[in-house]
Order: sequence, then structure tokens, then C-alpha cells
Amino acid sequence: MSAFAEYAVGEPVVDDKAPAGPIAERWDTRRFQAKLVNPANRRKHTVIVVGTGLAGGAAGATLAEQGYHVVQFCYQDSPRRAHSIAAQGGINAAKNYRNDGDSVHRLFYDTVKGGDFRARESNVHRLAQISVEIIDQCVAQGVPFAREYGGLLDTRSFGGVQVSRTFYARGQTGQQLLLGAYQALSRQIAAGNVEMHPRTEMLDLIVVDGRARGIVARDLITGKIETYFADAVVLASGGYGNVFYLSTNAMNSNATAVWRAHRRGAYFANPCFTQIHPTCIPRTGDHQSKLTLMSESLRNDGRIWVPKAKGDTRPANEIPEDERDYYLERIYPSFGNLVPRDIASRAAKNVCDEGRGVGPGGQGVYLDFADAIKRMGKKKVEAKYGNLFDMYARITDEDPYKTPMRIYPAVHYTMGGLWVDYDLQTTVPGLFAIGEANFSDHGANRLGASALMQGLADGYFVLPSTINDYLARNPHKDEVSAEHPVVREVMSETEDRLARLLAVDGDRTPDSFHRELGEVMWEFCGMARSETGLRKALERIPQIRDEFWRRIKVPGTGEEFNQSLEKANRVVDYLELAELMCLDALHRAESCGGHFREESQTPDGEAERRDEEFSYAAAWEFTATGAAPVLHKEDLVFDYVHPTQRSYA
Amino acid sequence: MWDSTVGKKAVMATSGLVMIAYLVVHMAANAKIFLGAAGFDAYAHWLRVMGEPVLHREWGLWIARVVLLASVVAHGVSAYQLSRRDIKARPTGYVHKKPRATYATRTMRWGGVILGLFIVWHILDLTTGTVHSGFEEGKPYSNVVDTFSTWYGNVIYITAMLAMGLHVRHGLWSAAQTLGVGSRVRDRSLKAVANGLALVLTVGFISVPVGVMTGVVS
Amino acid sequence: MKLTLRVWRQQNADAPGAMSTYEVDGISKDMSFLEMLDTLNEELIVKGDDPVAFDHDCREGICGACSLVINGDAHGPERTTTCQLHMRSFKDGDTIDIEPWRAAAFPVVKDLVVDRTAFDRIIQSGGYISAPTGSAPDAHATPVPKPDADFAFEHAECIGCGACVAACPNGSAMLFTSAKVNHLNVLPQGAPERESRVLDMVGQMDHEGFGGCTLTGECATACPKGIPLFSITHMNKEWLRANRKDKRTAS
Repeated sequence: MSAFAEYAVGEPVVDDKAPAGPIAERWDTRRFQAKLVNPANRRKHTVIVVGTGLAGGAAGATLAEQGYHVVQFCYQDSPRRAHSIAAQGGINAAKNYRNDGDSVHRLFYDTVKGGDFRARESNVHRLAQISVEIIDQCVAQGVPFAREYGGLLDTRSFGGVQVSRTFYARGQTGQQLLLGAYQALSRQIAAGNVEMHPRTEMLDLIVVDGRARGIVARDLITGKIETYFADAVVLASGGYGNVFYLSTNAMNSNATAVWRAHRRGAYFANPCFTQIHPTCIPRTGDHQSKLTLMSESLRNDGRIWVPKAKGDTRPANEIPEDERDYYLERIYPSFGNLVPRDIASRAAKNVCDEGRGVGPGGQGVYLDFADAIKRMGKKKVEAKYGNLFDMYARITDEDPYKTPMRIYPAVHYTMGGLWVDYDLQTTVPGLFAIGEANFSDHGANRLGASALMQGLADGYFVLPSTINDYLARNPHKDEVSAEHPVVREVMSETEDRLARLLAVDGDRTPDSFHRELGEVMWEFCGMARSETGLRKALERIPQIRDEFWRRIKVPGTGEEFNQSLEKANRVVDYLELAELMCLDALHRAESCGGHFREESQTPDGEAERRDEEFSYAAAWEFTATGAAPVLHKEDLVFDYVHPTQRSYA
Repeated sequence: MWDSTVGKKAVMATSGLVMIAYLVVHMAANAKIFLGAAGFDAYAHWLRVMGEPVLHREWGLWIARVVLLASVVAHGVSAYQLSRRDIKARPTGYVHKKPRATYATRTMRWGGVILGLFIVWHILDLTTGTVHSGFEEGKPYSNVVDTFSTWYGNVIYITAMLAMGLHVRHGLWSAAQTLGVGSRVRDRSLKAVANGLALVLTVGFISVPVGVMTGVVS
Repeated sequence: MKLTLRVWRQQNADAPGAMSTYEVDGISKDMSFLEMLDTLNEELIVKGDDPVAFDHDCREGICGACSLVINGDAHGPERTTTCQLHMRSFKDGDTIDIEPWRAAAFPVVKDLVVDRTAFDRIIQSGGYISAPTGSAPDAHATPVPKPDADFAFEHAECIGCGACVAACPNGSAMLFTSAKVNHLNVLPQGAPERESRVLDMVGQMDHEGFGGCTLTGECATACPKGIPLFSITHMNKEWLRANRKDKRTAS
């Protein structure tokens, strides 16, 4: 029995920022209540922003436009490379340009329901309201959204919703939105309002007298560790899907910023809520370094199947029709291949666990376009999916026009993150978390095309209207410097950690530990979780951690460009965060959204929520490495959207 | 304009086009040599009285010479400055070397230098006669025949004309891009025009020494 | 597969560099080129050697981080990014030369990693539309003709990897610069800054020490996103137009 699992339950955590009153008026009310900073005084306030993705880039640009002095960081060589760039599908907005019955309220409703009733209503409603402004803002910046012949914006329906509210730029929506934010940020850099530090990674948070006052960051080129001070710190460092080693995240996306903030007092909420995307290209072997997503839109016309017989190794084309199991169509006759992400993913895992998976290692299912080609003709299929087919062919060297594609689920997005109130402030005053880094508005499951919406909403509109309240009410009277005893301590802890990594001089690479951890997480904290499995993982993770500190090998020194050191230091944090994820998954003995507990399912195998016990966000407080954290619950109240059990049968 | 690489390229393009226009006229005039000495020499004489009586004797010629000289200088200076800049912009080459771009593209710089030297020789040979031992003032026909009766005259001339062809081939197309008149739809015709003109000019100019060598012109 | 790799090794910006030779074995055809390098690095780390530094991040061809010249070609023999190049493009027993992007404006940081911040400064000089948050009219206020929208998109696809500069014998950044100029200048939203954008961006590009364009077309051939060479033609036109207009307003 792991001591880590013996957590205590502390005081509930309460969001005291969301105003009462009708939900549609709360955001206006809050903006009015929030104290403003006099425009002339804004440049005296420094705000640190960590990360330059959709949330960070948008926030940095907007805060600078408002007149604040922004100091911004990214580990990439350019702010333009943040991983938001890889989002393909699109961005939702309740514009109702199609006149198809969409509204702010419907987007709000869909998001709360899609999140399986584990999100805060006030936040989600605000998100839906702001969605409309995002599109206006992006168009004004020159984001080249798809247009129709009349010159107006095109939209499509996405992720099984019944309205057409997804704006897109071919398969590169994330890239185009990110470049819009990057360009706005660039303009502020040129104007001298943003001090940009590329190739600089945040390694710790500086908290003085209970308030966030700065960060410790390492220049990745020179290896120099330095302190940066500010009146407030904003984390926009993305999600933590890379805990699983294999995910659709970028190779260097990491959890260090949020985890170090957590260690310094910020509660971490719902860490077990991870989204597993059903349509990724399966792995080809142990050398696999990351997984590539293919747009979910493929499920609109492709049919998913596996052979009926176990261990059937015949090529797909030689398996006759009556020996194929179109399992989604069989189990969910009304939604068929278009069931939500979590259900499609789990079903794929089930058939593979039965030994009916296809491709190397039996970790894959077919996504077949033969019928679609027969029905629509090859030309039409090519027009609709040509890009995706090309990408698939390039990676797998198989022609999807001739043989069915193979797909398998992969970790894609993390709904959990730092707990924040309505103002997006964490439990550490002066520390804010935006975008995927916070525990977000998606509850237990994110809808397609909503990640971009949330990142930009937080960055362009929410944070710049709430951070002023903190800055105006809490003017800092004293300057903090590198000589401050607290700062010195944080600094030396960071230096010690890196020195320790270099000193072990063992025989295993950072990647080998990361891979090992990822296998444990995928096995026990992946698509389906059980008490026994999670307890096993909770036993295994501290063992890997011990071994890590005995056998890690990091060549070179800390005073140079050293990618192994960067990697090893990130793995240190994964090894702690993974434990919390498993504990959260263990404690939440219900199934909801992306979190499926085998013990909590309906007789026909569907996820079963247990609202009477678990209608709360679980915010964890850090105590010490490997020691049990403290659980703080935020009760979720649903006044507008009443919880119902999802059913897609 | 002159401060920018794009501006310098525009200067190169414009001056290049002026010179190409001149080459077309020059080549057409050269063809008169096939009509015999009288016509050719008369044409050469007319060049001196061109524009009279509005212009004085040889003014027209000198205006053309000044424009040409300005073009050559502008073309050469911008080429020199841009080339220096280009070489500085890529101080370290790749260890793994690969032939890149088309032959015409790769030979622009050396081709340009060859043409520059040729122009000097050509003027000293057939305009001033400085390097031409049997040169006779006012008798261009016999001077031309004389030049192309030597092996080195032919070698220098034909080599230079081949270089000119390559230079015009990439240069004309390139000038169109620099001046912003190229486009995806227009590219095929533009390339055809550049290739065609380069070929016509090359053949046209080389026909004179070939004519002398084969005895068609004597 | 068994391969011989000749890799450019350079400790830091100031140190001299040279090609070093390594043998790698057990390379699968399904590996990406970067996974092949991962394999080499895992071996080097265990041996206590310094692994080869190279930039990479998304590994799905969109972030623009990866940047290797493979056998003399930016991003290698296929028209894609290095991360999307697979080992099936090579044969057992091949010798592969791997070098960093070469340009004065892209100094080497370490091994195969170069500093591309010059690109960021070009964007900072004018590669944006000034639209402060909150100032936007309704998205449908200004329709954009579809051909213009498509033209903008085609150029907006640039991932800023720098392959164009690496491939250009003059180390020119014209393709990169023109992609952004054309993306923004064709849109009605970009019209108010149309002239200053192209003049300032070209000015900054020159200032960074990139070479000029001799229209060799190497950039467009190397571009993993297929930005066409005409992009440069189009920018030249914009530049000349802006220059004329600039003079008019000045007088």
C-alpha cells in the first residue's frame, strides 16, 4: 500500500470571484467589479508570461497593448513554434452565421454536457460568450479562415454537434491562429512593450510572502540560471500529456512550469482528466518517439472495423465482408462511427485487448474508406481528405485509397491543470494559469475545436480583464531582488537539482526512464482505469523515481546547450506528476468523460457517473515528494444545465 | 531604392532590359552584313548622322552610348555589390556539395564578367581599332571580315555570344520577376520568350563570324 | 539497416566545427529521420559521449523547428520537413551527411542547431496587422474574395523553418519574407499598412545580413510547404509599388 494514497481531505476550495446572478450577466458584472489600473501606472507593473502558445501569445500581446510591461518566455527558439500550432480541426464560436439554431447558450450547454458535468458553469458560459469576439479579433489580424465564394467565412460541423459552428483554415487552424497571436506579440516586442526570452525555460516559481513574485529560468543556450521578478506571473505552458511519453504533444512540451508552481502552493485540479484521441496513426515499434493525430473528421466517412476472429493476420483486403466486425456500428447503431472521442477510443482498446487488433503488435483498428470511395468516388474523397491521406501515406508508406488506414487512440489533451478561480488566478495570489495549463472549462472531456477557443478566450479576453483587479488591489510595496533569502533558496534548490542530475553519472538515459514511466501510465492510467491497476502504478512510480535518481546519465555540463539535461529535468517532474494523476484517478471512483473507471460502468459497458459523490473538482495540495497530498474539493453547482447520463447507444 | 537588395535588383533588371533592347537592334543591324559592304557601311554612316537636323552630327550616337554606358555601369556595380553581399551571406558552404540550379543560373556571375571583358575588347577591336592591327576608320564591313578571319577573333566572339545567350536566357526571365511582372499563369510564355530571344540573339550574332568563316561574307 | 552518419559537430558558436563519423545499426525503415538520430543519441549518452544537438519539437511537420541539411538538401531528399522524412528514403549501407543550416544570419548554436531569431525580427519589423485586442469589427464586416483568401492562405502556410535560406546559395530570406508580405498585403485588413509592411520587412531582411535573390529557385524547391517562387515576384511588385507610393506621399 502506497503511503502516497493515504491523502487527507482539507477545507473545500471556493471560487469567490464569479458573481452571483443570471449566468449571462456574470462576466459583465465581474468586469465591472474588477478594479482597474490607471493607464499611466500600467507600465510600472511587470507581468511575467510563461509560454507563447494561443493563450500565452494572446495574453502577452494584449497585456502589452494595454500598457503593462510584459516579460515573456518560451523554451522554443521562437515564440511561433508553440504546440498550439499543431491543432488541425478548427475553432468553435457561437456566431450563428448559418442561422442553424446556434447560440451562446447552446455552445454553453454543449460544452457543459460534453464535459460530462465536471466544469464550472460560470466559466463555460463566459467562454461561449467570448467565442464570438475571438473570430472577429482573428479575422482583423489577418487569420486566413476558409471562405465561401461570396467572401464570407465558411464553417463546418465538428465532433458530432448538430450545428455548424466550427471555423477553420484547412487542416491548419491552430497554425493560423497561433501565427495571428505571434504576430500581435511580435508587434509588441518591436514596440518594446514585451521583453521576449526565447530558448529560456522556467524551472521554478518565486513566492514571497505568499504571493507570486517571479520565476527562475534557465537560458538553454548558455545554461545560465537567472531570476526574473514581476508583480504577477502568468503560466501559459500548456498541458502535461507528455507524462505518457507517447502522445500527440510536441517532444519538448512539458509539465515543469505547472508542476513547480504546484510544489510552491498552487493546487492541481483533476489531474486524471486526460483526453485520448481515437484517430491517431499507430506506433510502428519501440523507436516511436511521438504519435501523430489525424483529424477526427475522417470518421465522418470512414468505417471502423477489425476482423471477427482473433489473431487474423490476413491483409485487410482478403478478409471477406462477413468476417469483419464494424464494432462501433454494431454497438452504437444510432451514432455508429461518430460516437464521442472517449467512447471510440475505449472501444478500440477493447477489441485490441480481445486480440483482434491489426498491424504491428495488434495495436490498431482499420478505418476503411472503401465504401466511401464506392459511394462518392475517389475524386470526392480526395478533395475532402486528400491532405490527411497524403500525411498517412508519408508516415506509413501505405496507400489509404487501396488499403484501409490503421488507427489507434493516443493521448492528446489534458483537461486537468492548475486550479483557478473565475479570474484564472491559482491558489497562489498573483499566479495565474491560462489555456491548457489550467484545469479549464472542459470538465472531464473536451469537445473538438474547443481547445483553441479556450486558449484564445483566456489570453485575449479573460486574463486581460481580470489580472488588473489583482494588480490594482495588491500593489507591491517592496522590491524583490536576487538577494532576498527566499529567492536565494529557490535559486539554490534549482541549481542543486540540476547539479544532482549531472552528478549521478549512471547508465540509463532520460528517455529510457520517460518511456518506462509512459508505459506504466498508459497501461494503468490510460483509457480504462481500475483500482488494482492504479494501485500497481502507485507502487511502481516511486520505484522508477528511485531508480532514476540512482541510474540517470546526463552527459556534459550545466553551463552549455545541453538537451539531455533539459530532458532529464522534465522527467523529474513527470515522475512526480504521474503519481498525482494515478491518485486522482484512484480517488475518483466514478467514470466521467475521459476518465473511465472499470468499476463504474452501466450493464452495457458505458461510463457511469456518480454525481452524488463526485460532483466536484478535485484540487490537490502538494506536501512533499512522495508524500500524500491534501484534497480540496470545489463543489460544482448546476443551475442551468441539469446533469443527465450520456447515452449514445 | 539603392539601399535595398530589392532596389538594386530592380536597377539591374531595368539596365539589363535596356541592354537587351540594344542587343536586338544591334543584332538586326549586324544582319545587314549579309546584304554586302555598301549597305552595311552606309548604315554605319547613318548612325553618325541619325537625328539630324534636330541633333548635331554624332549626337544621337553619343546619346545612345551614354545610355548604354550608364546601363553597363549600373548593371555591373549593382551586380558587384549584390554578389559581394551574397557571398558574405553564406560564408560557410556545405561539406556535401550538390550541383544546384540550372546552368544559366549558375553562370550569371562569370557570364557577366566574361561579357564585360568582351565589351571592352569589342570596342577596342571594332569601334576604336586600338587592338586591331589592320583597322580602317569608316570601313566597318572590312574590319568585321578582318576580325573574323583570325581564329582568336572567332573564338573570343563566339564564346562571348554563347555566354550572352545564357545570360539573357536567365536574365530576361529574372528581370521580369524582379520587376514583378512574372506570375504562375504567365510563366510558361515568359520562359518561352526568354529562351526564344536568347536563342535568336545567339544565332543572329554568331551568324556573322560563321558567315565570314564559310565565305558567305567576304 | 546499417548506416554511416557524418555529422557536423560544433561545441558552441565560437568553437570550430568538423564532421564526425558514426555508425548506427538496427535502423528500421519505419523510423523517422529524427528517430534515427534519437537512436544514435541514446547510444552516445550511455557511452558518456555528448549526444548530437538538433532542433525538433512537434515532429509532425508544422512547428518548423527541425532543420537539417541531409546530403546537401535542406530537409533531405523528400519535399517535407526532416521530422516527416522516413528512413525508407535511404538504403542499407548508405553514408549520410548531416549539416546545419548555413547562413551568416543563422549562426550555429551547437552541432546542428542554429539561431533563427533573425526571422522573428523580420516579422517584428512589420509582419503583422495592427489590430489591438477588442478593436475588431464583426468578422463578416469585410468580405474577402475567395481567390484573395486562398492566395493569403497559400502564403500563410510558411512554417518559418528557414529551409529557403539554407538552400539558397546566397543565404537569402526572400521566400520567407515574401510569404508573410503576400499573406497580409492581399487582405483588406492588411491594406492600411501595405506599403510600410513591405518596405520595413525588406529593410529588416537586408539589415540581418541575408543575401539577395538571384532567382535560382532553390528556396521554393526546398520549401516543405510549397511556397512558390512567384511569391518573391509578387513581393518585388509590392515593394516597387510601395516605393513609388512612398515617394508620392513624401513629396
